[in-house]
Amino acid sequence: MQLDIRIPIGLMFGVVGLILVVFGGVSDKLLYARSLGYNVNLIWGCVLVVFSAFMLGMAWHARKRQP
Amino acid sequence: MQFVHLGPIDYTILVVYTLFVLGIGVALKRHMKTSTDFFLSGRSIPAWITGLAFISANIGAQEVIGMGASGAKYGMLTCHFYWLGAIPAMVFVGIFMMPYYYGSRARSVPEYLKLRFDEKTRGFNAFLFAVMTIFSSGISMYVLADLMGLLLGWNFHASLLASAIIVLAYIFLGGLTSAIYNEVLQFFLIVLGFLPLVVLGLIDVGGWDGLVAKLNVVAANNHPPYGAGTWTQIWSPLTNASKNPMDVEWFGMVMGLGFVLSFGYWCTDFLVVQRAMAANSMSAARRTPLIAAFPKIFFPALIIVPGMIAMVVSPYTSDSVAKNGAAHASVNATATKAGNAIRTPVQGIIPPKLKKDKAGVEKLVINPQTGKPEADYNMAMPMMLIRYFPTGLLGLGLTALMASFMSGMAGNVTAFNTVWTYDIYQSYIAPGKSDKHYLPMGHRATLFGIVLSIAAAYAASEFNNIMDMLQLVFGFVNAPLFATFALGMFWRRATGHGAFWGLVCGTAAALTHFGLTLPYEGSTSLFKGGWLAFGHPIHTYHSEMAQNFWTAIWAWSISFSVGIIVSMLTRRTKSDDELKGLVYSLTPHAAEGEDVAWYARPAVLAFAVLALTVALNIIFW
Repeated sequence: MQLDIRIPIGLMFGVVGLILVVFGGVSDKLLYARSLGYNVNLIWGCVLVVFSAFMLGMAWHARKRQP
Repeated sequence: MQFVHLGPIDYTILVVYTLFVLGIGVALKRHMKTSTDFFLSGRSIPAWITGLAFISANIGAQEVIGMGASGAKYGMLTCHFYWLGAIPAMVFVGIFMMPYYYGSRARSVPEYLKLRFDEKTRGFNAFLFAVMTIFSSGISMYVLADLMGLLLGWNFHASLLASAIIVLAYIFLGGLTSAIYNEVLQFFLIVLGFLPLVVLGLIDVGGWDGLVAKLNVVAANNHPPYGAGTWTQIWSPLTNASKNPMDVEWFGMVMGLGFVLSFGYWCTDFLVVQRAMAANSMSAARRTPLIAAFPKIFFPALIIVPGMIAMVVSPYTSDSVAKNGAAHASVNATATKAGNAIRTPVQGIIPPKLKKDKAGVEKLVINPQTGKPEADYNMAMPMMLIRYFPTGLLGLGLTALMASFMSGMAGNVTAFNTVWTYDIYQSYIAPGKSDKHYLPMGHRATLFGIVLSIAAAYAASEFNNIMDMLQLVFGFVNAPLFATFALGMFWRRATGHGAFWGLVCGTAAALTHFGLTLPYEGSTSLFKGGWLAFGHPIHTYHSEMAQNFWTAIWAWSISFSVGIIVSMLTRRTKSDDELKGLVYSLTPHAAEGEDVAWYARPAVLAFAVLALTVALNIIFW
C-alpha cells in the first residue's frame, strides 16, 4: 500500500511523547503522589519518544531500500 | 463517585489521537477506486499489519472492560480465554483454514459457504452475521458513552454521536484499509496506554508475590472460602467446580471454551477473518493469525492482571495517606454534586453495583446469599486508570480505552458493510451490476451500519437485559457454524442440505438447552435461561459461565451430528472439481511460505506460539 502506516504511528507517538515529556518537566511534584511518587509523565513520555523514533526509523529504512 | 476532572493536557492527547485517526482516512481516500479496494483493501497489505489488526478488531467492548472485570471476579482463570481458547484456535485457523478462505477467493465467510455448500446456507449465515455485527457495534458504542458519562460526566448522547461520527468518517474515507491501519495504531495505543498501569500496580502490591499473597487473603475471606491460589493459578482450581468462583470444572472448560466457543469464534467470525483476507499473499494470510497470536499471549498481563490488582489495592487519598495509615475520605467515597449514592468500594477499589429503582433513584444491589452489596466488576479497569494515572498519562490511558471501543466498532462496521453489499445486496437485491454500482453501496452501507448501530446502542440503554440475552444468543451462532465449517472443509461428502439443517438444528439446540436450564438456583430472569422450563428446569448450573459453556457444547454436537446424518441422506450437488480449493482432501498442497525466511514460515510460527502457550500453562498451573 502506498501509505507506510509506521509514519503516522511514529508521528503520533512522537507528538504525544513530547507533550508528556514537557508537561512532566514543568508539572508540580505533588501530582505524582498518585503514581507512587514516580514522575510517570516524564518517564513514559521518554518511552513514547523512543518508540516513535524506532517506528520512523523502520519506515525510513524501508523507504531507502525501495527506490 | 466524583467525576474525574481532565486537564487541558488530557484533552490535547485525545485531540491529537482523533486528528491522526481522521488523517489516516484522508490519506487513504485517493486509493479507494474499486469495491475490492474498499472491502478487501485490494488484497495488498503485509502480514504484520493484518496480524496486528486481527487482534485489534477483536478488542471491542468485551476485551478491555470485560477481561479486566473477569480478572477481578475470577482471577487468572480468565487466562483460559487466551491460553486455552484463543491461541490454539488462532493457530488452527492460520494453518488449516486460511488456505481455503484465502485460496477460494471468496470475499467473505458467507460467500465461502455459498461456494462450498449452497445459497440458503450462505443466506442464513449472512443474515445472522449482519444482525450480530450491528448489535456488537451498538454495544461497544453504548458501553463507551455510558462509561464516559460515569467517569467524566460527559453527555451520553454527545459521546455516542462523537464516537459514531469519528468511526464513520475514517471508514467512509478509506474503507477496510483505513479501518485496518487505524487498528494497528489502536493496537500500539492500547499496549502503550495500559503498560504503565500494570507496572505501577505491580510495584504498589509488592510484585507478583505480593499480589498472590493478597489475593489468597481475598480467596480465604470469600463466601464460600476458596483455597490459596484460586485467583492466581489456572488449572489447579479446576479439579472441582466448587473450588473456583467460575464454578466450572476442567472438562466444561476444555470442551466448552477451549474447543467449541473459541474455535467457533476465531475460525468462523468474519470480523477477524476479513483482516487475514486482506493480506497480500497466501502465506501472509496464513501468517496473519499466527503473528496476532504472539501479542495475544501476553494480553493477560496487560488486561487481566490490572483487574486482579484492583481487588487488593486501596483507593487513592489526597495527602499520601497510604504512608501514615490515616483513613481520610477517599475520592471514591465522596458524594458527587449530582447527588449520586456514596460508592464505597466493595473490594479493593471496585465500586458497588448500582441500580435505579422505579422512582429513578440509584440503589445498591444486594446479593441475597451474602447480604452484602454486589461489586461492579466492569469498573475494575477504569478505576485502576483513575487510581494510578496523574493528569497527562490519564489522557493517554483514557484515549487508549476509547481506542479499544472504536476499533471494535470499526471492525464490526467494516464486516457489516462487506457482508451486506456482497452477500445480501449483490445476491438478493441487485445482482449483476457493475463495480461502479457496488462501491457507492459500500459507502451507503457504512452509513447505514452506523445509523443502525446507534439505534442498537439506544436499545441497549433502554433494555439492558435484552442486550445481555442477545450477546449470549450470538455466542450460540458461532458454535454450530464451527461444526458446519469442520464438516465442509474436511469432508467432501458434506452437502448443502446437511450444512443448512445442521446450522438450523444447532442454533435451535442452543436455544432449547438455554431455555431448559438455569444458570443458578433461584434465577428468575428469563433472560438468563429457563424460558422453556416453566418452573421445572431439567438442570441447574452453578454459574452463567458453566451454562454458556454447556450450551455451546450441545449446539456444536447437535449441529455436527445433524450435518452428518442429513448429508448421508441427501445427494451431493457439487462435483469434486467444483470443490477444489474448498475442501482439504481435494486441494493440492503446494509448498507454503517459500517466499519468506524459515523463521517466518507458518509451521515454524505455529510451533513457537504453541510452545510458549504450553509453557505459560505449566508455569501458572
